[in-house]
Amino acid sequence: MTVIGVIGAGVMGVGVAQNLAQTGHDVVLVDKDERVLREALATIGRNARMSRLMGGPALDPDEVLSRITTAVGAAGAAKADLVIENVTENWDVKREVYETLDAECGPGTVFVVNTSAIPITKVAAVTRRPDKVIGVHFMNPVPAKPAVELIPGFHTSQDTVQRTRDLLAAMGKKAIDVKDSCGFVSNRVLMLTVNEAAYLVHEGVADAESVDEVFRSCFGHPMGPLETADLIGVDTILYSVEVLYEHYADSKYRPCPLLKQMTDAGLHGRKSGRGFYTYDTQN
Amino acid sequence: MSTTAKGQILDFIRGRYPQAEIDESQDIFALGFVNSLFAMELVMFVEKTFEVTIPNEELRIDNFRTADAMSGLVSRLAPDLAVA
Repeated sequence: MTVIGVIGAGVMGVGVAQNLAQTGHDVVLVDKDERVLREALATIGRNARMSRLMGGPALDPDEVLSRITTAVGAAGAAKADLVIENVTENWDVKREVYETLDAECGPGTVFVVNTSAIPITKVAAVTRRPDKVIGVHFMNPVPAKPAVELIPGFHTSQDTVQRTRDLLAAMGKKAIDVKDSCGFVSNRVLMLTVNEAAYLVHEGVADAESVDEVFRSCFGHPMGPLETADLIGVDTILYSVEVLYEHYADSKYRPCPLLKQMTDAGLHGRKSGRGFYTYDTQN
Repeated sequence: MSTTAKGQILDFIRGRYPQAEIDESQDIFALGFVNSLFAMELVMFVEKTFEVTIPNEELRIDNFRTADAMSGLVSRLAPDLAVA
């Protein structure tokens, strides 16, 4: 029986674990914090319950949860046949996790890096199995999004690519092939779009509602870039733009000062109750 | 602030989307500005405000399309409350 290790029980790890479990996979969900794991299971149960209302399949929350076990520490994924890592986009944190996984997992275990920016070849280099490391950029919310970016690193083998493709197909995901490059396709374009949208507000060209309205009404996008920024997190947007700016050393990625000020002021979007919009969660 | 279930639901929707003119029979999903995240917020609002647990089989879009439909759901789950 194939067991999939899911490392990190934050927003992305929770979505990946739920998606795997609802498509019949056995999952070990791993985090460094037991409390986070308890909350993750509660969130998965709640999201499974809401699935049909959100446009997904009707799910039995108990059945989904019965496929997920939890463990504290990356070594908990030692017996997994394939690991999907979703820890924070911080290089030092990721490197430590991969050193542990490389030491604990069997030599055949494939490591899938779920990242929106960090080069896959750089991650592979800290392991003794660079042929078995591959990138998949999942989108949020994972169970609801039909496609991912699939990113082989420099040394990734065809066998690893095929095993990952097979798993993604079983999860109901279309894999879009992208070469290894900081930000891949999605974030190179999206982060610049959000950054430029923030500049428009910063310069007083348009307010946030008007910027988003242009994207919704003129282009038919379901959400505008600044609503999207609030959903992703304004701080995460700033961090992603800064990663692109540092990696390419290109001034076209210079972060908008408004993003910095909002991040410093705690206006992080939906999760903090206020970003480009205000979210009154009480009423 | 309304005291009826339907009024409270309408207040909640109008509070989140002040730019839209919404009445009790309007399909808020068809208006285009309500997304699936708001559907989840509606469920949590209804469960918390009216102290009900919506059974899984009732978690369908059709029960949340209009303030009428939502107050109908509340009245099925908590008959005493909806009369108020």
